[in-house]
Amino acid sequence: MLLIILQITYGFIMAFAHYGMDGLHAWVPFNAARATHNNLLVVWLLSGFMGAAYYIIPEEAQRELVSVKLAYIQLITLAIVGVVAIIGFHFNWWEGRKFLEIPRPLDYLVVVNVLTFLGIILATLYKGKQQTTTAMVLTMGLVFAALLYLPGMIWFDNQAMDAFFRWWVVHLWVEGVWELIMGGILAFLLIKLTGVDREVIEKWLYVIVGLTFLSGILGTGHHYYYIGTPEYWLLIGGIFSAMEPLAFLGMALFAIHMYRKGGKSHPNKIALSWTLGTAIVAFAGAGLLGLAHTLPQVNMYTHGTLVTAMHGHLAFWGAYGMLIFAIISYTMPLMTGRKLFELPSNIYAFWLSLIGMLGMTTAFAAAGVAQVYLERKVGLDFMVAQKEIEIHFLILILCASLFTTGILIFVYNFIKYGRPNEEAMQPEEEFEAVQPAA
Amino acid sequence: MLSKKQAKVFFLGGTLLFSLIFLGLSYESITASIPKKTNADQISDAVIRGKHIWDSNNCMGCHTLLGEGAYYAPELTKVYERKGETYIKTVLMSEKPWAPRGRQMVAYGLSEEDANDVVEFFKWVNEMDLNGFPPKPSEALQP
Repeated sequence: MLLIILQITYGFIMAFAHYGMDGLHAWVPFNAARATHNNLLVVWLLSGFMGAAYYIIPEEAQRELVSVKLAYIQLITLAIVGVVAIIGFHFNWWEGRKFLEIPRPLDYLVVVNVLTFLGIILATLYKGKQQTTTAMVLTMGLVFAALLYLPGMIWFDNQAMDAFFRWWVVHLWVEGVWELIMGGILAFLLIKLTGVDREVIEKWLYVIVGLTFLSGILGTGHHYYYIGTPEYWLLIGGIFSAMEPLAFLGMALFAIHMYRKGGKSHPNKIALSWTLGTAIVAFAGAGLLGLAHTLPQVNMYTHGTLVTAMHGHLAFWGAYGMLIFAIISYTMPLMTGRKLFELPSNIYAFWLSLIGMLGMTTAFAAAGVAQVYLERKVGLDFMVAQKEIEIHFLILILCASLFTTGILIFVYNFIKYGRPNEEAMQPEEEFEAVQPAA
Repeated sequence: MLSKKQAKVFFLGGTLLFSLIFLGLSYESITASIPKKTNADQISDAVIRGKHIWDSNNCMGCHTLLGEGAYYAPELTKVYERKGETYIKTVLMSEKPWAPRGRQMVAYGLSEEDANDVVEFFKWVNEMDLNGFPPKPSEALQP
């Protein structure tokens, strides 16, 4: 939770800088703020995934984690490594490759940390009473996510090769194995919240993750259009990445359909909102807005502009941010024993953050499209074009304030009601503490 | 209607098939096409040192190169052609934040040697075959 607040703070620093107010330049230059913003996102999402796995796996396997203490140590150290990394950024200590900015020694710590995490999960699963599809898909996603971190650690002298393998990490994470994790968590939530038969949900889970890999693996090609790579990627990347929205469409239809079909009316309405929300917004942000600039003819102009920021914000929020909020909303009442299902402020949190993020996306879209036109079509100098689109960053800041208000309400409730309520607590729930962030 | 088992086969089979295609194409790219399109034989020690400086200062935190990076500062793929060696070196060696039209860059104050290495790096990047990127502005819209 602390991490997401920090992430948003740095987002504001950047937005103001784009608006022409860079008073903090001497202490927090843009590149430090940018790296902090992105890396915090990754760390808090990973913490969220790990926390979710620590909750879901024991429940699916019907066995407690092999070592709860080790799990705590692992989560806390991950957060510490994350914080050390961002402090390092401010002293110009990095590896400096987009999204993989953290310095090499810290990379090794992350590897050790993630191996610990996987060890705990796999051992629990292995010793568990049953191995369900949901648990397997989730675990598979986590294992591959760890494996794919490794190509990002190879050093290349050639910038194009460097970029080529960087996308193995970044693309195959976000548009591949993370979707497996997302599918697993979503399936778990839907099984719990709608009461639809597990067999039916898990069948569709296979279909959806099947579609993900079908389109997503070769869809990596959409990063290989213009970076010194052969031309066949234009065709392959174009075709397969145009199919990527199918997986997200599948997820959205799946969630809505199961919700309609489910006979059970689960009392936790907030968790249900976040669950349906994540499926739908992921389709809009990751699926449709991705499709908007994935074709090579379009991407020739939009590549490396604010159009990418538009897609990135709604996609990450919809697919992964909201997913983590969904699992938090689902597990909180169970872990604390408080039956706060329809707290009005949490409903505001949902809508404010959603509307705020949609507004931000629109502001980025307007800025991005104008930038593409002025800079790439008319051929204006970069800074001349930037001056023209400055106003959109004011709108961005306003919408971001709305978003932030929503998040702050959520965090406030999280802290206020996050402590276990001793009387209502059931003993076996006690240690399934999902700590979403530091 | 599809059974759960068929769905599983679809998932595992599809994943395996497309992973293999992906690995095959990647192999071709990294062994043959990329070295050719990027003139890998022209990567000198200076270019490598330049790339190191580029990475270790996280230049991609503001700029884009090959269209990749952040969107706060200009795209630098063709900077060598656009601005020339002297301009680039002046910016890199400046002790004060370089701020054309108000937006500030970190003052790196590089040594002349380091600045030369970065210029060599940009010179090499400038020559890559990028399938037509960055696009040329439309003639009809020129003022």
